[in-house]
Order: sequence, then structure tokens, then C-alpha cells
Amino acid sequence: MATMTEWLRDPSPSSRAQARLGQSYLAWLRMRRNPLAMVGLFIILGLLFVAAFAPWVATHDPLAQNLSQRLLPPGTPGHWLGTDDFGRDIWSRIAYGSRITLYIVTLVAVTAPVLGLLIGTVAGYFGGLVDQVLMRITDIFLAFPRLILALALVAVLGPGIENAVLAIALTAWPPYARVARAETLTVRTSDYIAAVRLQGAGAGRIIWGHVMPMCLPSVIIRVTLDMAGVILIAAGLGFLGLGVQPPTPEWGLMISSGRKFLFEQWWVATMPGLAIFIVSLGFNLLGDGLRDVLDPRSSGK
Amino acid sequence: MALIEVENLSVHYGVKGQLVRAVEGVSLRVDTRESYGLVGESGSGKSTILRAICGLAPMTAGQIRIGGQPVPTPRGRAFSRRVQMVFQDPYASLHPRHTLDRTLSEPLAIHGLGDSDARVVKALEDVGLPASFRFRYPHQLSGGQRQRVAIARALMLEPEILLLDEPTSALDASVQAETLNLLNRLRAERGLTFLMVSHDLAVIDHMCDRVLVMQHGRAVEELTRDQLSGAQMTTDYARTLFDASADRMLGA
Amino acid sequence: MTLLSVKDLRVTFDTEAGRVEAVRGVSFSLGRERLGIVGESGSGKTMTGRSVLRLIRPPGRVEATEMVFDGIDLMRASEREMRALRGQRIAMVMQDPKYSLNPVMKVGAQLTEGLRLRDGMSAKAAHGKAIEALEAVQIRGPERVMEAYPHELSGGMGQRVMIAMMLIPNPDLLIADEPTSALDVTVQAEVLSILDGLVRDRGMGLIFISHDLRLVGRFCDRVLVMYKGRVVEELEAKNLMQAQHPYTQGLLNCLPRIGGNRAPLPGLDRAAEWAE
Repeated sequence: MATMTEWLRDPSPSSRAQARLGQSYLAWLRMRRNPLAMVGLFIILGLLFVAAFAPWVATHDPLAQNLSQRLLPPGTPGHWLGTDDFGRDIWSRIAYGSRITLYIVTLVAVTAPVLGLLIGTVAGYFGGLVDQVLMRITDIFLAFPRLILALALVAVLGPGIENAVLAIALTAWPPYARVARAETLTVRTSDYIAAVRLQGAGAGRIIWGHVMPMCLPSVIIRVTLDMAGVILIAAGLGFLGLGVQPPTPEWGLMISSGRKFLFEQWWVATMPGLAIFIVSLGFNLLGDGLRDVLDPRSSGK
Repeated sequence: MALIEVENLSVHYGVKGQLVRAVEGVSLRVDTRESYGLVGESGSGKSTILRAICGLAPMTAGQIRIGGQPVPTPRGRAFSRRVQMVFQDPYASLHPRHTLDRTLSEPLAIHGLGDSDARVVKALEDVGLPASFRFRYPHQLSGGQRQRVAIARALMLEPEILLLDEPTSALDASVQAETLNLLNRLRAERGLTFLMVSHDLAVIDHMCDRVLVMQHGRAVEELTRDQLSGAQMTTDYARTLFDASADRMLGA
Repeated sequence: MTLLSVKDLRVTFDTEAGRVEAVRGVSFSLGRERLGIVGESGSGKTMTGRSVLRLIRPPGRVEATEMVFDGIDLMRASEREMRALRGQRIAMVMQDPKYSLNPVMKVGAQLTEGLRLRDGMSAKAAHGKAIEALEAVQIRGPERVMEAYPHELSGGMGQRVMIAMMLIPNPDLLIADEPTSALDVTVQAEVLSILDGLVRDRGMGLIFISHDLRLVGRFCDRVLVMYKGRVVEELEAKNLMQAQHPYTQGLLNCLPRIGGNRAPLPGLDRAAEWAE
């Protein structure tokens, strides 16, 4: 173990991989100092764990109905979070639902920021007409309220989880384009960009290899902070019956169907609601912690 | 034979609706293997001339010729193999997320030159840095070391001409001395032509054969080194500059 | 009469890359005179200046056997007491006025802010004092400058405004951290002579931090040469050319001079013992 940390801390790495890992290790140490960020990380790791091991973590089949056991309160032996109106165990549904949440979040996280980053850097780097056109397209998308646009897309494409994801991704990319463009405008005038232009590099190489790496931290931070919003929109779509369809245990859908029982059997809607809250909080805290760590301190000495 | 010819160069650009006349009708000639200095205070336009030569600033009027040929717009690959630049701020001229290896091998990759491993190691050695620095990041180096990397990078494509924009003004005194020594050594070894910008007359005197004094975008006076050290300037501004610098010499 | 007495000052930073000792046992005393602290980057000179004002935040730690300003123990003073001292009795002028003046406030507002909030002066009286201060730094047309924003001023003008602002409350000690390094050569001379006159007239103590040994030699009474967190030599400015320590000698000799020969400049052969 000791030699591993030594290897990572080596001031003169002997390969690019070692250099990169070493920097990541130091960044990790910096983040470790932030207790809230660690809480956020812990929550997200918890989510990943539950999603990965749902079949073992859940106590019952999430889809199995048992009408004699319906609407049992939390704390009932065998159903620590209670059961819903079909007698299905709420904890197991939350556990399997975490997979869906993770699926949605991951798909959106790999599509929307990538698209936004591409559009933003190209717009920022070339300026002029290209910038104007791309930014006006971005503005158009930004002008629509996200949930309404997602609704409209789902209404056109039909309900279902993939369409919900597509709809969310298509509404989520504009802020990333803005962020990427803003960073690009700053980076564009730097001496290191001037130097590589002077070496005869083309725009493609410069944008991909030099500009994008500088935009990544802002985009990554934005992604983690956005995740909370994505979960809520997915939940919203599920709530409105337009995303995932019953009996899939998606958290938003669970809240929707638990609405009827909100006053007497509050747990049916509240438990999935708490799950959404905790995971959103986790992403927010992690995002804040990442901001402290990824903020380019390399501009100073 | 003049390697660099700048004829009546003017650089104007608009900043927030106002016209800035950074350079007005400046002409100069630099011979092969000569070291030519541009000196002036802030706003004199000296750095802008370098940027105009590289194509980083627009040429509003005038002509620039390298080896007798007018420079093409955009400058192109052939230009980058003849002319390279060392920038002022060592903290801003290296990409913060690239290892030195990447920074130094990139020009080779752009031009399709092979053998980059050996060349990178040799480049580091030529500027007096240990080969073990190869995979470090810029923030792990001191200012002087970064500037050496910047010099190494500029020399990767083996240019004839090196444009130097205040290469040592951001460095400590002792590091400046080492860097200037390095530059002189490399110039002698490789037969380079220097066009160097500085605000420090003492540095110019040490490094350059001739110097052009600039103020507010215009050329004020051209002096040879002997004229400079002998205080034989004819214009008032050049004399003011000289007095302010010489004043800082102890015992003078 | 000793204005400031510092004994065995240590400034340490605990970073994840290890412990960084920026200042390692610096001692000096200052009367109503000019003390120059010279060093290269990493010598700890800026940190020394900042620790007097207790401007160093965690993860930096300041320790000293003694740090006394005019009878006040700076190490034990509360944050409230320090706030009362800062700006009033100990002032600091920094390198680049672009970064030390508030960019969204007019110059006049910044000059009068302290007077009105802290001393409770009326707007008119504060305005009058501000104009006086600007005239003291030889700014012609002070009314116009009062109405300007910092980015509209040239470097030299901005630095003069900074000095004016710092000297309004008539402090006893001024810490100037590279006050002229960002200025053009011709402007430097002007600003320094203004500073010179003010310090002399008001009988202030001055700590002048710089990397430029020759400049400090001309401007100050005594010079402290720092290297890697320690003081390697302390001498009277007039004896600078007879410096004993090889580092100081190296610093003096390594700069190019007009009319010098073209031989390679003598570098500093940094012997390891200097860091001890």
C-alpha cells in the first residue's frame, strides 16, 4: 500500500498514465478534506451499490402483488418500509427502482453534456456566423420550459423509458453549450492556444485537444448539479404517466400512484419521495465538492 | 541579406467601438543570424509587431516578408517551420492539462515528424532540464523551468527565426540570467535569428546587436549596440528611457 | 524607538502534497526607517509582510516567538483588534492596482469609504480629505480621478491612488509589496519618489518588499536578503556593494548591465547550505 502511494506521489512520473493517476490521487486527497462532499459521494456510492445488488438487497419481488398484505405501515416485520396498495414491498420497489433512476441519469449524462460541449466549443472557438447560428439554436431550446418540452416530445414519441430519456437529454444540453462557450471564449485568447496555432495546428486538433480539456471541469460540475434536476424531471414524467409505465417500480411513478393514500398511508408516496430527495442531495453535495477540487488552480503559481 | 522585413506596418483594431492604433507605420529589417531588439514601455506596440508577424494580430497596412517572400495568410505549415515564438508568461504559455511530453511532441505530431521519443528527450536536455521531467505537468515546475520548456517547444520544429516576447520579464533575476545565457548559447549553436521584445534596456543591450525604440506604436529611433551603451541617442524619448534604466545601476 | 519587533517568525502550509515551510525563523526589528526585504519567488518575503498583518488564512499557520507592534502583541490580538489596526495603523500597498482596487466602485467612493464608515465623517469632509490625499500623491485634476473607475486609470495613476488611499488614515507603518513591479520604468521612478517624500514627511516606518535588489538598495536604509524562508544577510543599504553572503553577491552580479560585456551572465550557484 505504501509503495502504491509513493508511486502515485512520484514527482517525476515515467509515463503519461502514472502522471494522470498521480494528479487524480492528489485531487482525491483534496476532496477528502471536504466532509459534505464525502457525504455526497457516500450517497452516490450507496445508490450504485443498491442498483448493482438489487436482487440481493431487496427482500421481495418488486412486482409480486399480495392483496392480503396491502398498505402495511413501515416497521411491519418483513416490510421495513411498508407495502403499497397492491401489497408490493416498498423497499424492494425502491431498490429495483434505483436501477431505473441510474439508467436514466447515466444515459442523460453521456448524451446531453457531450452534445452541449461540442456545440459550445465550436461556437466559442470560431465566433462570427458559426457562433451566432449555434447560439440562436441553443437559445431556442433554452426558451422552452424543460418539463413542457419533455412532455411534448414524449407525447409525440410515445411513452416509455427510452423516449423519456431522449426527451430529457434534448432539453438538458443547452446550459452545457452555454457553459462550454463561456469557457472557450476565455481559453481562446491564451498564449498556449496561440502557441499551438503557431505550430500549424488545425481547428479540430485545437478544439478537441486543447480547448475541451479546459471546459471539462465546469461541465462535469454542472452535470452533477444537474443530475438532481434530471431525476426530478424523470419523476415528473413518471408522475404524469408519460415516462415509465406501471408496474415498473420507477420512483416518480410510485409517488404518483401513492397520491391517493397520502393522508392515511403516507408512506406509499413519501418513501420514494425521500429516495429522490436523498439521491438529489447526494449529487448536489458531490457537485459542490468537485467544484472545489476541479476548479483550475493551475492559473496561480 | 534581410531575413525579416517589415515595411510600413500598421495594426489597428477595434476594442469596444474604439479604434486602437497599436502600431503605426513601423519598418525594420533583421539580417540572417542577427539579434534585433524592440524596446519600449507598455502600449508601445512592440509585442503587437511580433504578433502581426505570426498572424496573431491583423495587418491593417504594410507588408511583412520572410526571406524575401511575403507572408501568406493564413500563415500555414511552412511558415511555422521557419518562425516560432516564445511567449512572455511562462505560467500561461504551456497548456495546464498537458504533460511536458505532450506539449513537446505535439508540434512533431502536427507535422508528421517521427522519432518523437528521442527528440523530446533531446529537447529537454538541450535546455538543461532532466529527462525525468518528461511526464510532469506545468504546475509542477518553477517559472524558469517552464520558460525553458517553452523555449524547447519553440525549437522542436527547428526554425530559423525565434520571436521572443519579453521572455524573461516574469522571471526572478537569477533565473533570468540563466535563461538569457541559454538563449545565447542556443542561438550560437543553431545559427538562429532573434527578434526580441523587452522593456528592459539592459537585457536588450546584453542580447541584441541592434535595437528599435518604440513609443505609442511608432518607431522612435534605431540604435546599434555601441550607440546604446555609449549613450549616443539622438531623440529625447530614447534618452529618457536610457536614463531611467541606467539610473538603476548601482554606482552609476 | 522600535515600531515593530519580530522574532523567529514561521509560516507553514499543510497541503496534501506535503508540508510547505514558507518562512523559517525570520527575525528583524523596525523603527521609523525604511527596511527593504529582498528575495526571489519562494523566498517567503511576501508571506513575511502578510503575517505582520495576520492576513494568512488556513491551511497556513503563523507562529512567532514575538511579534509586537508599538507595544501591541500581534500574535495574541483578537481578530477585532487586528481589524482596528489594519488600514489604520498598519497599511499595505500591493503590486497591481488593477487587482487591489474594487473594479466596480468609483475611485472617490473607495477613498471616502473608510472615512465615512469607520470614522463617521460627513460626505463633504470625507470628500475634502480624499482630494487632499490625491494631491499629496501629485495627481493633477483630482476631481476627475475621483469620478473615474479603476480600469480607466493608467498603471502609475492607479498605484498612486492606492498609495493615497492607504495613507489617508496616517498609518505608522506601511508595508509595500512590490509596489512598482507592475509599472513602466519611467513611471516607477515617479511613484517611488512620491512614496519617498510621503514616508519622510510623515515619519512612517516602511517595509519595502521587492525582488529588485538594486532598487531596494537605492531606496531603503537597511536591507534584509531572504532565501528559501530564511534571512541570509542583513545590512545597511549603503554597504550593499560590500555584501558578504554569496547569495547576495550573486544577486547583485547576475543582472545584465548596459555597456557590460557579452559574456554569459554569472548565474547563482545555489549551494545547499544556504537553505539551512
